[in-house]
This record gives sequence, C-alpha cells and structure tokens, in this order.
Amino acid sequence: MDTESTYSGYSYYSGRSRGSHRHGERSRDRHKSRSKDSRSEKSVTINTPPAEPLLGDSSVRGEQVQDDNWGETTTAVTGTSEHSLSQEDIVRITKDLEDSVGLDCRRYFTRTLAVILGLLVFLTPLAFLVLPHLLWPEKLQSCGTACEGLFISVAFKLLILLLAVWALFFRPARAGLPRVFVFRALLAVLVLLFVVSYWLFYGVRILDSQDENYQGIVQYAVSLVDALLFIHYLAIVLLELRQLQPCFSVCVARSTDGETRHYNLGQLSIQRAALAIIEHYYCDFPVHNPALLSASKSRAAKHLAGLKVYNVDGPGNNAAAAGLAHSQSRAMIAAAARRRDTSHNELYYEEAEHERRVRKRKARLVVAVEEAFTHIKRMQEEEQKKSPGDVMDPREAAQAIFPSMARALQKYLRTTKQQHCHSMESIQQHLAFCITNNMTPKAFLESYLTPGPTLQYSRNHWLARQWTLISEASVTNSLKDGTIFLLKCVDFSLVVTSKKIPYIQMSEEYIDPKSHKFVLRLQSETSV
Amino acid sequence: MSFVPGQPVIAVVERIEIKKLRHGDNLILGFSIGGGIDQDPGQNPFSEDKTDKGIYVTRISQGGPADEAGLKMGDKIMQVNGWDMTVVTHDEARKKLTKKKEDVVRLLVTRKTLEEAVKHSKGKYPRP
Repeated sequence: MDTESTYSGYSYYSGRSRGSHRHGERSRDRHKSRSKDSRSEKSVTINTPPAEPLLGDSSVRGEQVQDDNWGETTTAVTGTSEHSLSQEDIVRITKDLEDSVGLDCRRYFTRTLAVILGLLVFLTPLAFLVLPHLLWPEKLQSCGTACEGLFISVAFKLLILLLAVWALFFRPARAGLPRVFVFRALLAVLVLLFVVSYWLFYGVRILDSQDENYQGIVQYAVSLVDALLFIHYLAIVLLELRQLQPCFSVCVARSTDGETRHYNLGQLSIQRAALAIIEHYYCDFPVHNPALLSASKSRAAKHLAGLKVYNVDGPGNNAAAAGLAHSQSRAMIAAAARRRDTSHNELYYEEAEHERRVRKRKARLVVAVEEAFTHIKRMQEEEQKKSPGDVMDPREAAQAIFPSMARALQKYLRTTKQQHCHSMESIQQHLAFCITNNMTPKAFLESYLTPGPTLQYSRNHWLARQWTLISEASVTNSLKDGTIFLLKCVDFSLVVTSKKIPYIQMSEEYIDPKSHKFVLRLQSETSV
Repeated sequence: MSFVPGQPVIAVVERIEIKKLRHGDNLILGFSIGGGIDQDPGQNPFSEDKTDKGIYVTRISQGGPADEAGLKMGDKIMQVNGWDMTVVTHDEARKKLTKKKEDVVRLLVTRKTLEEAVKHSKGKYPRP
C-alpha cells in the first residue's frame, strides 16, 4: 500500500489564509442580552473581527502562496513521536475551543428564564386554591360537590398543560440565532402579564377582603387554567402552524460554484428562514470542493498578468490621479478585448483531456474493485466448524482486500480532486460497511463517484457550523418578496433570494356531461 | 379566390361546355367533384383559401368529355347551366350536374392561372 498520506485535509483549509479576518466571521452578539430595543435596529452586520489570534493561526500564516498541486503532492506531518502535534490536531483543538467558548451562556439564560416562568405559571392556580385555607380557614365555606368536581378539572387541566408545554417548548435547541425569537418573547410577555393581572385581582379582591365563597375562588382558579390552555393554543398556532403553508419560493445559490437549489418556505422571519435553509443545505447541496475552483482562478490570473500599464507622462500628474487610475483600467479592458485570446482553445482541449483521463481512471477503478470483491465471500454456517483460523470479521476482511484496490482508488480521487474528502480510515470503514451489508462493488463505489451532500462526510468537512447572516433588513422582519440575504461561512457564502408565490384567482366552469357530441369531418368526392 | 362575406364575389372565369357521354344507362361527364357547404373545407387540396367551401374539380378521367372540353383538375366551378355553385351542398352540386334531361352542361370555372393571364395581358401594352 502506498505510504503517502492522503489526508491532506489541512491543505485547502490553510490555503485561504490570505484573508486576514477569515477566522473571525463569528457572531459575537451571542453574548448580547435579550433586550427588546435590539429589534429596532434596521441594518445588521454581524461580522466582528476577532481580538486574539487563535492557536492555529500562527502556524498557518506562513503558507501564503498556494500552487495548484500543493494539495495533491504534500504530505501532512503525521505524529512521529508522542509529543508532536500534527496540523490536523491543531485544527481540531482550535475548533473545539471555538465551539465551547461562551455560546452556552445565552442558552442557559433563556432556559432558566423559561423554567422560572413555567414554575410561576404552574404554581399560581395551586396557590390560589391553597392560600384561603392557610390564611382564613375558619371563615371559609366548606367545599361542596360541585366545588370538588372543579378540583379534578383543575388537576387534569394542569397535567395537560404540563405535557403540552413540555412538548412544545422543551425540545433540544437546534441552533443559536442571532436575535431573540420574537414570537416566543411576545408569548412570554403575554403570559407574564396575564398571570400578574390575575394575581393583582386575587390580591386585591380576595386576599384583602378575605372572601368566604370558596367555590368562587376555585372557579377563578379554573378560569386561569383555561386561559393558560388557550394561550398555549395561541403559541402552537404562532410558532408551528403559521409557517407550514408555503408562501415563498427561495433560491439558494452557493457563491463559489453556483450550485443552486429552490425551496418552499412559509411565513418566517429572516433568521428562521436562514436556519431552515442551512439545514436544507447540509442535506441537499453536494459538498464544497475548493480544489475544483483553482482552474478558473489561474485563468483569471493569466488574464490580468498579460497586460501592464506604463505611465508615459511621468509621475507629476497628481491632480488627475483618480482619473488616471480610471483611464488605466479602461485602457486595460480595451487592450484585453483587442488581444487575440486563445485561452478558450486551451480550456476546451484541457477539459476534453481531463474528461478522458477521468473516464480511463474510472474504468480501471471499477475493474480493480470488482476483482477485489471476488476475493472474499460470506462464510456459510456449515463451513464454520471447518477452519476457524481463517475466519475474519468485516474489518479484517476489508483490510485484506483494500490493498488491491487502493492504488486505483487513490488515482481516481486525485484526478477528480476529491482526495481530501476521504481518508484511508474512512475508506476502509466504508468498505467494511459494504461487505457487512452484502453490497456490490458498484454500490461501494457510488459514494466516490458522485459527491454526496455535506452531511455525509466526516465532521471535519462540515467546517462551517458557524454561519453569519448578512442582511440589509432586520433579521426579525418577516420574509418578503424580493428579500435578499447572505449566509456566510468560512469558505463561501450562500446567496438567498425569495419570491412570493402569487395569489391565484380560480374560477369554475361547468360542463354538462351530455354536451360532449361529435360529428364526422366530411370530405366526399363524387364522380359525375 | 377568397371572398369577403357580404361582398359580391369577383372572379375571372372560363366558359366550358361539356357534352355528356352515354355510358350504358348513365350520362357521364368524366370528372369528380369535391367540396360543398356541408363538407370540411380544410381538406381541400386545391383551394387557396382553406375556408372556401366551393365545388372543386378533384379528378378528371383521361379522354373523357371533361378532358376534351378543357376542364382542368383544381378548377372551381362557379356556375352550372346558370345555377350557382359557390354556396351549395355537395349533393345539390351533384344533382345539378347529373340532370338526366340535359345533354350539355355549360360551366363557368375559375382558376388561378386565369387571373394571372389577365394581369399579364393588362401589363403588356407599353405606356405611351
């Protein structure tokens, strides 16, 4: 087996260190408190550059110049002694640091607030029922049958409310959004106001005057619980049902390679729409492969490198410096247009050659894999007693047949520039998985022939679990027709445009079933 | 040869006189007609205007009386013995042509070449 390491996963990650604040597109306002006046800002730019360089940065800055073959021919430094860290380890450490720092504060804060509100809400009816017994038990009328029936109703309604609140609100959080979730905040405020007003009324009219009519008090508590159930119904409608009906068609395009998808969303705020889109991104978009973009970049560089502008009039022309730059670029454009450019020719032949090469390598790969798969077969029950020495479990079987196909597979991955997406380990794991599940060689190869969605690759390749939402409108505004916003991550950005699904006016037309009548088309010819 | 509804039809016509031939018990003319107001005008291969529901000559038997009289395939029959043929049903047209009591039918037919011939002859004379 070849000993060169194919896990050059860090190569392309470092290649983009050209941008100085590449590491820093993290939203720092996770630490922002949930103040209501944050909603009044109109423009949001969430990017803030980082204050301190992280551990991995200094080792990365040195590699500024990237040539195209760097990813293919370099080897990452694997640990030769117990004390050395490979570059992948450094990346992993910095990412773990980023993940754990600080973002839990806001989540815990929200959670504790929610729990306090919940406790307040649940204990209020019980308090209403119990307090008269504690404070003026001798004046209180005894509870008759109807009143005790109401106790049962309060108990069950509280139980239902408990289950419903648990189902709706206490689910694991999917994401941390930049701004507060408007509807939830509104509902929390509503519930708080409601409970406070009930307490006020109770305090003034019942506690102060020490009302003896216990049935009235119990009915008051029941009305509170009913109203809470109705507020919960309102919560379901606002939070869950309202956005189910599709209202907008959004077009999501990846900025680097133009991969586009269209989704239907309901009436959502921009941040929730962004969240839905990112979740769809992980499942639908093929994985981002920066190695495929190097060819167009080199072509662009060649276009610019061919022309150089000289200032013949000398450097004394400071007054018209701005105009000079303008005319310089104009001159370059004109010269480039006039120049007889044969780069399209090169592109055509290069692409044809590449296509041929890929197909040849693919043919070799398919043959090698098919041959490799013929070397092992599943052991039958009766053979089990015969030769226990040669029996292998799937991992060992995979390791046994891997060397015969490793070279062909590696060459193919190199040609299609996918070699950083798959490590040796992951390939062997996949092979063991396919062998265990009786998959054919074609099924094994499918994951290498076509790039799958981002979610299917290892965690290193998700890279961007931190996304930045860039929008001109406030992100708690709801989506409108023609809303455009950007979802930026480290390597690329997703450009999202939304269009409203039009209002459809339908009318009906009645056709009588008996009105379907037909005649023959006559065309007779008579001889006379 | 298209017409404007409500306006009189103007066409250059040729007079053709056909003597019927006795063939056994029948008097035959030696051609076939197609068209009529009860027929489908779109299927007429000879008409210029596919909404024209007139009577057209679809076939001429070689050496028959119509052939000798100079009737050509594709001619539109405008009149038969004074009877109008532009707005008749197919069967009426057949009846007008095959009256047993008449030996001779005088047809007024029109074709495109007639109009062109007239136009040519009009343009031949040099202007003074």
